[in-house]
Amino acid sequence: MAKHKGRGMASINYPIGMNLGGDPSQALVHSNPEGKFTVTLSAIDLGQGMKQVTRQIAAETLGVPISDVYVDTADSDTGPHDMGSFASRGTHRVGNAVMVAAKEARGVMLEAAAEELEVNAADLETDGRGNIHVKGAPSRAISVKDVAVAAQFRQGKTIAGRGIFLIPLSEVNAETGEMSPVSCYAHACLVADLEVDDETGEVTMLKMTSAYELGRAINPKMVEQQLVGGAWMGMSHALYETPEPYYPDIAHGPRDFNEYVMPGPGDICPHDIAVLERPAPDGPFGGKGPGEMCANPVLPAVANAIFNAVGVRIDDLPITPEKVLRAIKAQGGARPQGAAAGRR
Amino acid sequence: MLEFRKEYFKDERDDRLNEVGQPRQRQDMLGHVTGRTRYFDDHAFEGLLHLKVLRSPHPHARLRSLDIAAAERSAGVKRIIRAADVPVNKNTLLSLIGFGKDDEPLLAVGKVRYKGEPIVAVVAESEAAAYAALAKIRVDYDPLPAVFDVEEAIKPGAPVVNETYPANTFEYHEKYNHQKLRFGDVERAFAAADFVLEERYQMSPIEHAPTETNGSIAAPETNDRLVVHTCTQALFFSLGTAAKLLDLPSNRLHFIGGTVGGGFGGKVDSLTEPLSILGALLSGRPVRYVLGREEEMLYGCPRGAERHYIKDGVMRDGRIVARKVTSYFDAGAYTRLSSYGAVKCIAHLPGPYTIANVHADSYCVFTNRTPATAMRGFGITGVDFALEVQMDKLAHKVGMDPMEFRILNAYRDGDMKAHRRQAHNCALIECVQVAAEKAGWPIRDEFRRMNSLSGGGGERAVIPATATDEAGRIGSGRPAGTTPPRAPAIPIPPPPRLPQPVAVEPRAAPAARPIPPSRPPPAAPGEPPKPATPGPQHGATRFSSVFGTRRR
Repeated sequence: MAKHKGRGMASINYPIGMNLGGDPSQALVHSNPEGKFTVTLSAIDLGQGMKQVTRQIAAETLGVPISDVYVDTADSDTGPHDMGSFASRGTHRVGNAVMVAAKEARGVMLEAAAEELEVNAADLETDGRGNIHVKGAPSRAISVKDVAVAAQFRQGKTIAGRGIFLIPLSEVNAETGEMSPVSCYAHACLVADLEVDDETGEVTMLKMTSAYELGRAINPKMVEQQLVGGAWMGMSHALYETPEPYYPDIAHGPRDFNEYVMPGPGDICPHDIAVLERPAPDGPFGGKGPGEMCANPVLPAVANAIFNAVGVRIDDLPITPEKVLRAIKAQGGARPQGAAAGRR
Repeated sequence: MLEFRKEYFKDERDDRLNEVGQPRQRQDMLGHVTGRTRYFDDHAFEGLLHLKVLRSPHPHARLRSLDIAAAERSAGVKRIIRAADVPVNKNTLLSLIGFGKDDEPLLAVGKVRYKGEPIVAVVAESEAAAYAALAKIRVDYDPLPAVFDVEEAIKPGAPVVNETYPANTFEYHEKYNHQKLRFGDVERAFAAADFVLEERYQMSPIEHAPTETNGSIAAPETNDRLVVHTCTQALFFSLGTAAKLLDLPSNRLHFIGGTVGGGFGGKVDSLTEPLSILGALLSGRPVRYVLGREEEMLYGCPRGAERHYIKDGVMRDGRIVARKVTSYFDAGAYTRLSSYGAVKCIAHLPGPYTIANVHADSYCVFTNRTPATAMRGFGITGVDFALEVQMDKLAHKVGMDPMEFRILNAYRDGDMKAHRRQAHNCALIECVQVAAEKAGWPIRDEFRRMNSLSGGGGERAVIPATATDEAGRIGSGRPAGTTPPRAPAIPIPPPPRLPQPVAVEPRAAPAARPIPPSRPPPAAPGEPPKPATPGPQHGATRFSSVFGTRRR
């Protein structure tokens, strides 16, 4: 009876904003007379950071500091239409709609500034710190606040913009499956290191090492939040979770968190992550969306590592101690597959 | 530990941005970490009533009779809601975007199709009063044979779960009991392959387990409208679903939400809003309907079970030449979103690899279990588990390092994907290289030098001659999964740059098999999809059927 170390890997891609198109998102952006902007949406913040990601996209597009932008979302009386936050469509679809709206608002802002500075709007640029100036002549400048005041009280202009982002609907061919399902793909490769106890069938995660390619990371800390949490969920899916442990038998359904087994703080493991950014040609600033895909490589990497450790293939999720132990017994004991590549 | 590898794809990015790419603190962070963020259930209403539902104890049963007399007299009860009180008691979620036939009642009519299906709702002064009244409702059930396994469910003579789809399969294109993917000729490639490996993979259902369970509060306002505080993760989806079931103009509903205590896909189905609104309409008072933890776990719609059969043909040098997949998505008793998950699976196959011959059938199957729904990675998570365990087995079979095996077969810019669109913006190879480097997993120099930007396209961009078939035609009585007719020889695209020169599969002339006249010519890669003509719809018309039955 012993504990066996194992190492496995998996690589995946994931469709971002996959919904065959035809389902647009809208956004509105407007400024108050002090040059402070509100982005109005109907997208949902599930904790993934919908409000913050659109806030940064709006601030970047408008050319104003992040502190001058807030996002208000999900009041059907004021927010423009958006079906919802699913299918990794938040950053991609809503982010693009916010860019369109912010560009329109920025256009009005620059027109108003041009009138105050008596120059051509095309000659103006923003400094990202709350000022607008003539390109190449930073001293010929006006603050966004003064522009907003002028637009409101002298010029009678609304600094506002409307945005919609629509990927047209794709038909699916009945005979061949030909379709245009998706805008872009995120990618990942993950290595799982773990230990299998051949007496109990229990699997202990030791370490995860990964590389994720996510397009432009709009907010690196929120990317980290998604990847770390998502990989834990992947590990939980791999080893613990199901309301039907003997599927297709529907018995043994859990009623609470005592019966629905998930990893606790002592069960998770370090995760060493590299992020690559290949910008999506049609994403906002090249952004894709890490939220859904980050869990996926963990499940097969864990299964492959268990094989490496004890020589059993568990092809049914979740890989519970019972399944591991039965498989080890069926093959007459653990059969470590030898040190996997690079295993220390 | 997280590091950015900015040296990759550097030429494709302008990193001189002010706000994008900055690790700014979220605007909602302080509220979340101090526990002061307001969620839907943090709204107090005077005279708030509570709604609870009676759920079926049987997975499949006819409802013979229902006696609510004692419950109506129970202390604190304001209103009992029966199926007949629901204005439009049949819906399918994706009808809002034109997919599928209405197949699910808000409250069961005539029979129940899964354990936990709502039959009657009680609106009462307190949750305790509602539970007490539920216990006084008498239902006479006539249990029916039930089916729980996807492959049992599609056998002839299996119990019919959902009469809208009498063969227990969702109907694609009003024609087939599954969605097809056909690219090249797998049978011919299997015959030419050095090894063939066929395996079965299974994923059990998974519960979203959000901290905050599904729920909503609906309150009548003085302007003939209703305000609804909700934890939906799909605001206008839920508003539209409620408006349809309750036959209300959409502008009578004012939905407020947007801050959700965990969703992961489990808050798209609009489980509570229609009943809380109906309760408010019928009682004239604010009504709160929140799932308990047990209800959330057992009846609140999980990630559905999936079963995948994968058969691969691989050459000794590690090239995969054929992949055949049969996938079963267990929808449970009603469609919800599973019909779409099965199509998403088709779009995803054969995974991030360039394989010259791909054949897949993806089924959405009805069984007598809690309806499944979307969850993080929907239509992909279980598929990726199957594909990547299969890839590990194949690497062992041909004696290759698993990392190098992935890089060899990885898709590259310009390659043709099985759904007949050219790949671009690929980065699988780079992810494998970086993960290997970080993990101290040695790979050979040839594989370290490969990249996603080169080596693709050309002959790898060719759409091969493809055999099509009519297997699984609805009403034909033909068994699903019939082997497609043999087509003439098919080309196998050449490999990317290989470490050693290898013998390439002999190339035959392109197939002479004519394309059936009914089939439109394949669109050129990158051609924008054709807009569909809108069909008649309830409420706002958005667009018509893509793969399901058009609503009439």
